[in-house]
Amino acid sequence: MAPSLEEPLLQSVDSALTSATQKAPSLVAPEPEHCPGPESQQAGKGDACAGCPNQAICASAPKGPDPDIPIITRRLAGIKHKLLVLSGKGGVGKSTFTTMLAHAFASNPANVVGIMDTDICGPSIPKMMGVDDETIHVSSTGWEPVWVSENLGVMSVQFMLPNRDDAVIWRGPKKNGLIKQFLKDVEWGEMDYLVVDTPPGTSDEHLSVNSYLKESGVDGAVLITTPQEVSLLDVRKEIDFCRKAGIRILGLVENMSGFVCPKCTHTSEIFRATTGGGRRLAKEMGISFLGAVPLDSRIGMACDYGESFFDNFPDSPTCAALKEVVRNVGKEMGVKPEDVLGEA
Amino acid sequence: MSLNDIKHIALVLSGKGGVGKSSVTTQLALTLSLQGYSVGVLDVDLTGPSIPRFFGIENAKVRQAPGGWIPVPVHDAQKPRDEQSANGHTTGDGEASQPIGHGSLHCMSLGFLLANRGDAVVWRGPKKTAMVRQFLSDVHWGSLDYLLIDTPPGTSDEHISLVETLLKEATPEQQAGAVIVTTPQAISISDVKKEINFCRKTGVKILGVVENMAGFVCPNCSECTNVFSKGGGEVMAKEFEVPFLGSVPIDPMFIRLIEEGKRPVYPEGTVIDGQTMETNGHADGVEDVGLLVEKYTSCSLYPIFDGMVKQLVGAIET
Repeated sequence: MAPSLEEPLLQSVDSALTSATQKAPSLVAPEPEHCPGPESQQAGKGDACAGCPNQAICASAPKGPDPDIPIITRRLAGIKHKLLVLSGKGGVGKSTFTTMLAHAFASNPANVVGIMDTDICGPSIPKMMGVDDETIHVSSTGWEPVWVSENLGVMSVQFMLPNRDDAVIWRGPKKNGLIKQFLKDVEWGEMDYLVVDTPPGTSDEHLSVNSYLKESGVDGAVLITTPQEVSLLDVRKEIDFCRKAGIRILGLVENMSGFVCPKCTHTSEIFRATTGGGRRLAKEMGISFLGAVPLDSRIGMACDYGESFFDNFPDSPTCAALKEVVRNVGKEMGVKPEDVLGEA
Repeated sequence: MSLNDIKHIALVLSGKGGVGKSSVTTQLALTLSLQGYSVGVLDVDLTGPSIPRFFGIENAKVRQAPGGWIPVPVHDAQKPRDEQSANGHTTGDGEASQPIGHGSLHCMSLGFLLANRGDAVVWRGPKKTAMVRQFLSDVHWGSLDYLLIDTPPGTSDEHISLVETLLKEATPEQQAGAVIVTTPQAISISDVKKEINFCRKTGVKILGVVENMAGFVCPNCSECTNVFSKGGGEVMAKEFEVPFLGSVPIDPMFIRLIEEGKRPVYPEGTVIDGQTMETNGHADGVEDVGLLVEKYTSCSLYPIFDGMVKQLVGAIET
């Protein structure tokens, strides 16, 4: 049986891991504006709860930390490093960078790498990895990630869609449920790196990933930006979010910085850094700057065809810049430089 | 109710982030305004509002009025010069130098409500839904020809709430439909297809597809490079049988106009989309004054959007 989007989602994976107490209360009406959250300590008691049709249900629901969190922690115990790829802005290259990072880590055959795509409404990872026609297989221990190569596995909502172009029109709680399942029911196994790709913004997905992963320990977040102020503005918000949520920031990567004209090799700044770009923002906010990656039209192409940019265009200056960034990411996580890329 | 006096409401949607929804919204608004319509722009991207930055009104704050908010004005309506002199109007020097008229332009965004521009808005779904509803019901737009709604990427809380509220509060005649923005590469197209399916499921009419970032004209040698490939938007529009409104290249001068407020200047012999850009006399050093909307007329993208908007207005008003 392949997992489907129809509820109820798979629960029978491991009876020892399931119990009646971990069920979130089933609500009879949508949550009101200032809902403290049906699982929170304040559930059923907050100001907003007065008059809410869910009040009795929430008030009687089991309180305390989510009982699924220890299960998630146990599931992810075999993963050495977990990192988030974040950006307040869309289309700055979070998914592209995630795939690059994963390919780079996986270029060392000793590493096992996983990607978890938490962008529920616009999953891009499967296409960039060239596995968008795959479906998830279920074994006795859980959902099996889709393996792109020997040592590179991927999990995304795209694998569960009956049609490739189907829209996933979900509100927050449903998205949170699926993210939890990606962590709880997926058989990640022994891994060196798990890279979590996120949607733009600072909302449900980000809060959930953070709260589910807190216990098992996240190495930190890599923030992506493009050089122009419109993007930096949103990234500033993301930094604020990380600080509020207590996520360690490994550093900032500036993507799409400069474009080399293939005809005259003149470098033009398509997205002009009028306010100093990522480098200055990093300095201003006191976080490390991991590097600037120039734009290369071949990256887009490699992503469209689901190929590895590293394997196909190793001579591109973009490739060199990316490798430098990956090394810096490794350094921030405290990994030995020779273990990161498998190069001496 | 605040939507009563609005003639047409159009959404700008895309499944993918960073394809230029806000940039397209901005340009559609400026162009509509230049064609004499009064325009409102509502930014429902709550966690990443960009509209204030695009219109250069980041420091503006929303004023409270009994029963709601007053949107932030970008510029007021202005009659063309010849019409003004014909009517015997005598206005101040600055205004008299205006060659073309334009309609009024107002904006509303969560960005105006934040104390600090770097503050994160960390909200879950229900709170976002409430905010979207409030934006639709409590803003005093006054009478508008067009209300453009800029959206965040995806097909989630904001979009569901937006469509639901519009269905309840706006008449079918008011709901013009949605403009879909994409970039040409397959990664973006695959997300945008999901957005089209969202529109189909929710019964939102699709006004057309705009392909943004189609090609980049090197300012040094005028060679056009397809940074994010080309033609994908048109193929998708055909596949889904929706109108294709046009391709918009990347113009660094437009970005400069937005970021620095400089009137676009093109090097000699720049040809964009088959037309030679005039190298207007505004050399650097000359004082750069005027409204954003006037400066925009010097931008290479203006003729493209002018055509697009005419096509859109034709489709909406018939």
